[in-house]
Amino acid sequence: MGKEFNDETFRGDFTFRNSPTAIARFPFPFPEDSYMYSVNMEPHVAGATGSVFQHMFDVDEHYVSEMRDRAMVLRDDPLRCQSLPHMELAGWDLLELIMENFARDYPQWFSLTRDGDRWHWINRPLGIDQTFTFLDTSTLPYGPMEYITRQAQGDFTLQDQRDNDLWMEAGMVTTQADWSLDFDIGMRFHEWHAPVPMAHEMGVFDRALKFLLNLQLGAPVRRFNWTLTVDPLLDTSPETYPVWGPTRASLTPDTVGARMHLRVELQTLIRLPRSNAMVFPIRCYLIRFDELITVPKWGRRLHRVLRDIPDALAVYKGFARNRDMMVHYLQQVDDGAATSSGFAKD
Amino acid sequence: MSVGAPKIPVRVAQVVQVNDLIKRFRFVRRDGGVMPSFSGGAHVVVEMDIQGVRRLNPYSLMSDPADRTGYEISVRRDDAGRGGSLHLHNAVVVGDDMMISPPVNLFALDLRARKHLMIAGGIGITPYLAQMAQLSSQRGTFELHYAARNAGLCAYGSDLVARYGRAARLYFDDLGQSMDLPRLLANQPLGTHLYVCGPKPMIAWVLGAARAAGWPDGAVHSEEFLAPPPGKVFNVTLAASGKTVSVGTHQSLLEAIEAAGVDAPYLCRGGACGECETRVLACDGRLMHNDHWLTDAQKAAGVSMMPCVSRFEGASLVLDR
Repeated sequence: MGKEFNDETFRGDFTFRNSPTAIARFPFPFPEDSYMYSVNMEPHVAGATGSVFQHMFDVDEHYVSEMRDRAMVLRDDPLRCQSLPHMELAGWDLLELIMENFARDYPQWFSLTRDGDRWHWINRPLGIDQTFTFLDTSTLPYGPMEYITRQAQGDFTLQDQRDNDLWMEAGMVTTQADWSLDFDIGMRFHEWHAPVPMAHEMGVFDRALKFLLNLQLGAPVRRFNWTLTVDPLLDTSPETYPVWGPTRASLTPDTVGARMHLRVELQTLIRLPRSNAMVFPIRCYLIRFDELITVPKWGRRLHRVLRDIPDALAVYKGFARNRDMMVHYLQQVDDGAATSSGFAKD
Repeated sequence: MSVGAPKIPVRVAQVVQVNDLIKRFRFVRRDGGVMPSFSGGAHVVVEMDIQGVRRLNPYSLMSDPADRTGYEISVRRDDAGRGGSLHLHNAVVVGDDMMISPPVNLFALDLRARKHLMIAGGIGITPYLAQMAQLSSQRGTFELHYAARNAGLCAYGSDLVARYGRAARLYFDDLGQSMDLPRLLANQPLGTHLYVCGPKPMIAWVLGAARAAGWPDGAVHSEEFLAPPPGKVFNVTLAASGKTVSVGTHQSLLEAIEAAGVDAPYLCRGGACGECETRVLACDGRLMHNDHWLTDAQKAAGVSMMPCVSRFEGASLVLDR
């Protein structure tokens, strides 16, 4: 493993760490001192050099270790990756999208050479050298979606579009905030969002669906979602709840800084060309509280967000139990000073 | 336009007179790059400057989606139309620079289908050409039934029979040939999806027959692009922009809004996609809804309209734009 990639774990001894560079580029998700649901989508256009928005897909220092963790999750539970038969073309769309973007944006790590349908893919960090025939699944060791998402950070779901709706009918989901692909697969947009409190009444999902049905090729959008996780566990799934659920009861005031993590999802939505399906990459970023408070604005703001958030959201997001402990910890770094509006650091 | 990807600067690489009414245009990128992949059934919006008037017309992509070196459309000349097709036929030649939108698909294949049953009338053949190319490369099962006035106007008909054999059936009005639609619909395997693209009466006929035969709505797909109909001149006030514009007889409301320098959202410009839906703030007169998007109840309520194809007659209209 080269020095640009950490050798770390997201289970067991939890050696996951963010370098100072990773902290500096962490996608802090709150533009103001409070939080409520909204259709907070914006064009997914290239951002500042070094930021997580610089490229369509961000590959960072956790890449190799995250892929190793994904392989372990799949070994224990193959149903974390599923694709209904009609979604194979969308899987090829996704494979092409990721390979083209990786090879263009990270030529030091990835290369894609095409001779007609004969493709040659090299992934140096993972030691992969694969020649295959585009659109011929028999030439890959896995289906196209599984093949490429074993090599790309973040979860991915593929939505078919028909009957004026989006249907979640394929996905690779191993770094999720407590939801299950195996449970949701085959559902339509309003069905898989059914458990979210308050947002339905606000009309958020009606507006979001209408917007997404007309999402155009070449015009991807993005939004943030977030929650809080005890220990840097990527795989917080319903399937493994008995393993990680009880750890939330073991947090103490002394361990909040070292064990509590803000978990941010950079979610993008991209129209796929050949299948007219939509891919929803959900990229998870973790940051420990004691890493987070090294940026004063983030410490102040997270304190105010958690202190004032409606109870229903704290319950739904799964941190109601430890909310007071976290607020107390963050209170110590909130001097009451005003914070600037927006995402930029003060 | 306020949503969307950058337009694609293209050059006309080939113009072919297909028959008395239809010309085919091939577009390649001006920068020599490849076109985006697309899904069969997608269309692009072609931007035209007709003596200083900007016109944007949607046309289905007919070329093989696997061919990324260029896009092809077929345009039927409409002598009574608003001038877009006449402009393409009479003024556009090889070497011209044009702008097109990225592909948008409002007539996608349902890839769950065990079989795709396609009904085409006249120029409605174009989306199927791309879909059949896509399906045949993926070993999908399809069957085309294609009606035209006569053999001479049955664009690409003989090519399709040569390429796809019995999966492509042709019907010529002048020979008195017609589809036995009830029989056709009665003899399909479970899991078949039905598609229809053609003139309005044909779409109504096929949708009616499918419903009568008990086909579920989710297995029946149609596409009809409406051209904005002409009408009386009217004025509209754009409240958000603080402008009042006049809509000409052969101009659409959307075109008039754009001509006034107001950036309005759109995708299909044919009353199908819903993107341009605009709130009506005040209306003293009659809204003339011509779209497929709003439900009858929404049209009757009169709280929103689709400026790409709908018009107004009366004293005053105020829109939230």
